[in-house]
Amino acid sequence: MANQIENIEAEIVGVVQARIPAGVKVSAQTRIARDLGLDSVAVMDFVMDIEDHFDISIPLDRVAEVETVEDLSRAVEALLKEKA
Amino acid sequence: MSIFSKFDDIRAAYDALDKNGRNPFDIRFEKIISPTEAILDGRRILLFGTNNYLGLTFDPTCVEASVNAIYEAGTGTTGSRIANGTYAGHTFLEQQIAKYYGRRSAMVFTTGYQANLGLISTLAGRGDHLLIDADSHASIYDACKLSSAEIIRFRHNDPKDLARRLRRLEGLPGSRIVVTEGLFSMLGDTAPLREIAAVKREMGAYLIVDEAHSMGVLGKNGRGLAEAVGVEADVDFVVGTFSKSLGAIGGFAVSDLPDFDMLRVTCRPYMFTASLPPAIIASVTASLKRIATDNLLGARVLANGRRLYHGLARAGFELGPEPNPIVAIKISDRELAIKFWNALIAGGVYLNLALPPATPGSQSLIRSSVSAAHTEAQIDRAVQIMTDTGYRLGVLTESDARIAMPAAE
Repeated sequence: MANQIENIEAEIVGVVQARIPAGVKVSAQTRIARDLGLDSVAVMDFVMDIEDHFDISIPLDRVAEVETVEDLSRAVEALLKEKA
Repeated sequence: MSIFSKFDDIRAAYDALDKNGRNPFDIRFEKIISPTEAILDGRRILLFGTNNYLGLTFDPTCVEASVNAIYEAGTGTTGSRIANGTYAGHTFLEQQIAKYYGRRSAMVFTTGYQANLGLISTLAGRGDHLLIDADSHASIYDACKLSSAEIIRFRHNDPKDLARRLRRLEGLPGSRIVVTEGLFSMLGDTAPLREIAAVKREMGAYLIVDEAHSMGVLGKNGRGLAEAVGVEADVDFVVGTFSKSLGAIGGFAVSDLPDFDMLRVTCRPYMFTASLPPAIIASVTASLKRIATDNLLGARVLANGRRLYHGLARAGFELGPEPNPIVAIKISDRELAIKFWNALIAGGVYLNLALPPATPGSQSLIRSSVSAAHTEAQIDRAVQIMTDTGYRLGVLTESDARIAMPAAE
């Protein structure tokens, strides 16, 4: 299981990297809005890319609770479990 | 640490707007002269950012109906419909709206914001799924916050994405409720409603369309985008406003569903607010009658929208995708957009400055809306001022012009 969350994190970091200038370092602790300079709408749009990547929908109330890449990974993990 | 310190970032952004001149959140007109002109800082200015699509705010019939209603029924209702009762005017207006849309029922709300807030949050209960267009108006997002349903955004104007998100819900209990808008208020683009209706039919969902900006504008009878593209039968609920084409304030929802009136005793933004005052009910009833019987108004605002759109497109501005009565100039440089907006006001044209995150795609927009009341000369003058100012500030460069501008005579 620990392995799986790490895989999810790695995939999310990959999606983030594609959206931001090269050279900006992203990790599990990266705060998606503050550290990446995204406004609230840009965060929601970025979450849509994540949704499509994993073929899940992350309800808006769960998006509101997400601050870091790790938070997002846990939300994705929980939804993937529900789906399975 | 003040209770307001959570707004420090917003304060910094707000204060920074002042350094370029006027603050777009604090425009103060000394006088409104007509649907198309006002006095700002002692000078006459053309109004190109009012949403006064049909120019009915000074319509003599509507004004007279409003004045008479105050003498007959007073200045306010002093309470809500469920507590203080319904006035004859409320019922009559609801009947007229239902008739105009050819629907079984209509319900009037105190504002358009509350119509969305109330309808959407009440219809979508716990266990239901709300699927909203990502570029939805704030009132739709706020309805989602008030609702107990699960909220999913689909990509703006993307029926395939909507279908994909509906498919992910397969097997789960609960109603699916899709929300979109007829005419989107920022870029003036319309929803692909025929395709969205097809998805809704195929996947089994309810469909709500907010026609706030399209009522009186689109469709042969002005009933909005659903009428224009022939899918009214697929739209379960139409939401609209009295504050744009109808020139007052208030909102409404219509439907054919038999239990629609249950909302009157379940919808809190309807139940726990004062009802519209007689003066508003009367002017709205009069302006609705006007749009139901006068197709020319809608034709004129569309023609005016095309004139402004094509004028600005020829000058080389980057615009929204469709020539509708909302015409938005896209400017990626926020500071330049703020300067341009200030210079346009100094030049004699008022329009709306829209900044991220209130805008799609993190762009800044100089957003204009035309009225049926604008003359062609007023539109041409606005295009000229916007073009000249655009060149002066570098929003436009020589290579932008699509065709050679005729030499001045």
